[in-house]
Amino acid sequence: MLAFILRRLAQSVIVMLVVALIAFMVFRYVGDPIASMVGVDTRLEDQEIMRDRLGLNDPFYVQFGRFIGNAVRGEFGISYRLQQPVSQLILERLPATIELAFASALIALVFGVGLGVFTALKRGSWLSGFIMSASLVGVSLPTFLIGIGLIYIFAVELQWLPSFGRGQTVDLGFWRTGLLTESGLRSLILPAITLSLFQLTLIMRLVRAEMLEVMRTEYIRFARARGLSQRAIHFGHALKNTLVPVITITGLQLGSVIAFAIVTETVFQWPGVGSLFINSVQVVDVPVMAAYLMFIALVFVVINLLVDILYYVVDPRLRVDAAGGAK
Amino acid sequence: MAEPVLSVKNLTVQFPTRRGVLTAVDDISFDIMAGEVLGVVGESGAGKSMTGAAVIGLIEPPGRISGGEIRLKGERIDNIAPDAMRAIRGRRIGMIFQDPLTSLNPLYRISQQIIETIRTHLHVGEAEARKRAIKLLDDVGIPDAARRIDDYPHQFSGGMRQRVVIALALCAEPDLVIADEPTTALDVSVQAQIIDVMKELCRERNAAIMLVTHDMGVIAETADRVAVMYAGRLAEIGPVRDVIKNAFHPYTQGLMGSIPSLTTDLDRLLQIPGSMPRLSAIPKGCPFNPRCPKVFDRCRIERPDADPVAPDRRVACWLYPEVTPA
Ligand SMILES: Nc1ncnc2c1ncn2[C@@H]1O[C@H](COP(=O)(O)OP(=O)(O)OP(=O)(O)O)[C@@H](O)[C@H]1O
Ligand code: SF4
Ligand SMILES: [Mg+2]
Repeated sequence: MLAFILRRLAQSVIVMLVVALIAFMVFRYVGDPIASMVGVDTRLEDQEIMRDRLGLNDPFYVQFGRFIGNAVRGEFGISYRLQQPVSQLILERLPATIELAFASALIALVFGVGLGVFTALKRGSWLSGFIMSASLVGVSLPTFLIGIGLIYIFAVELQWLPSFGRGQTVDLGFWRTGLLTESGLRSLILPAITLSLFQLTLIMRLVRAEMLEVMRTEYIRFARARGLSQRAIHFGHALKNTLVPVITITGLQLGSVIAFAIVTETVFQWPGVGSLFINSVQVVDVPVMAAYLMFIALVFVVINLLVDILYYVVDPRLRVDAAGGAK
Repeated sequence: MAEPVLSVKNLTVQFPTRRGVLTAVDDISFDIMAGEVLGVVGESGAGKSMTGAAVIGLIEPPGRISGGEIRLKGERIDNIAPDAMRAIRGRRIGMIFQDPLTSLNPLYRISQQIIETIRTHLHVGEAEARKRAIKLLDDVGIPDAARRIDDYPHQFSGGMRQRVVIALALCAEPDLVIADEPTTALDVSVQAQIIDVMKELCRERNAAIMLVTHDMGVIAETADRVAVMYAGRLAEIGPVRDVIKNAFHPYTQGLMGSIPSLTTDLDRLLQIPGSMPRLSAIPKGCPFNPRCPKVFDRCRIERPDADPVAPDRRVACWLYPEVTPA
């Protein structure tokens, strides 16, 4: 188990280094950092002095090393646009994105698994057919259209829910949450649904396919032959085996939920890291862009690692294989 | 005469398909007495597994029992409610499948699988069920059962896994065990042991066995009676010694050629040319007629039924006149 985690950790570090390299290239070579920091009237000599002082004339590897050193300490410089430390900007907006991402992941998981199991077990019923057709719409419509559609129906026409922003938030010191106020929760509903729909249909179709596959296996037949109850077979034997591959995909989806949040955050003017990124791209605020890149990579790597460990916990066969077949 | 444990009468299993209805099991009748082993042989596709699946009520739709009846100790079980049938499966009829590698759920410990089966059928607590599970594993010959019981299936060899499967089939002491090619997927070196364990445990519990196999050698050594199936029909049934020594049906005579250890007599190593017809193209008259060396006119027109021709023997062949038992 330890060896397995260490190996995965090493792989994660390598992935992060590669992403860091890309982020550094963006940081260093997209636009001129000095030009972005100083006014047009600064003399060329002064610019040169600044360049020296900021280490921009150092060899590539020294600069890259410094970038990594800073990144590890969470320092990505100062935002050109907002004149604040980038790390502080991201930290301020992180709770909004994470709450949105987890809310939609939860929706996607609960309804995805639920509907997947339902459509697999009740294959051939009209309701299953309807859900399957509806899910096709879910995967094929672009997120922003779904978001705008929901806003039109529930915010403009019915006026049940707010169409933008995060509502009232409560500051817990290290975390600004919208989950504790009614307006915060109400504001969360539409963006969370919008963000979840794509993953929901994906998980549902995956669960359904896996479940149908598992239901055809010999051990399910044998479980039937042993006279086990329908419930024990469907929700014990079949579902547990179905979830093994589903865990991987769902875990990775959580990463992409955070990444895809960009569109949803923009549509709903959700004050998260995604909208911070979009605003930064518009004005080529390079430090923020580089930091965002690193942040998304970190999210993926960490989730990947957790998924692998979870997978390993759920499936006993992996434990043996990883230990070299020894019992 | 005692009541048979299993009594199958005129069982017919059909599959509606786009190109018409296929009859996988066609008008089969046989009995199995308590403690008796009935061997069922026949080529691939003869309907052996389908017969077993019908008895335990596990025919996959759209297949269905379209005729006949199945009685377990006199009670009909082919037309009862799904819940009632579920209570019989595993409790009064145990089933052993061909491949022990895929019969066990890979994500559950052996202990979980046995205990859940015991507790589904018998009103015993967790601790008592576990005690019984260990005893069962011990009975089927798993060394160090008390320790191995919490292992996962993949930690056992194929032969050991089939022993676990046998333990699972027997854990509620069923009246009948259906074993569908229980050793086909196993290493030759362990096949005999597995058959022995199964037979011994069933004998101790006075359970009847329906043993489906391709292997006439296994039948010869294990079964009391043998049923020979061909194209979904019963070709011949009778006591195993009699059938081996003196097969009546031309198809059985051909099959006997496949017991290398028992027949040294070369002229009996008869080959059967051709192959079994597909279900969609079963010939008129006797289904065996295109391959039968003794075919005559009547065979191509009228279909013979498995009728009694001698004490405790039935044959579906026009060569043998029906004998009405006195
Ligand atoms: N879903 C189905 N639809 C149509 N025909 C089927 C279906 N399932 C099985 N059959 C047919 O039923 C017949 C009997 O099959 P069965 O599995 O009982 O044969 P078997 O004697 O057990 O053969 P084997 O020795 O290969 O296990 C076969 O001809 C098979 O093609
Ligand atoms: S009925 Fe005719 S064709 Fe069929 S087995 Fe007997 S002799 Fe052969
Ligand atoms: Mg079979």
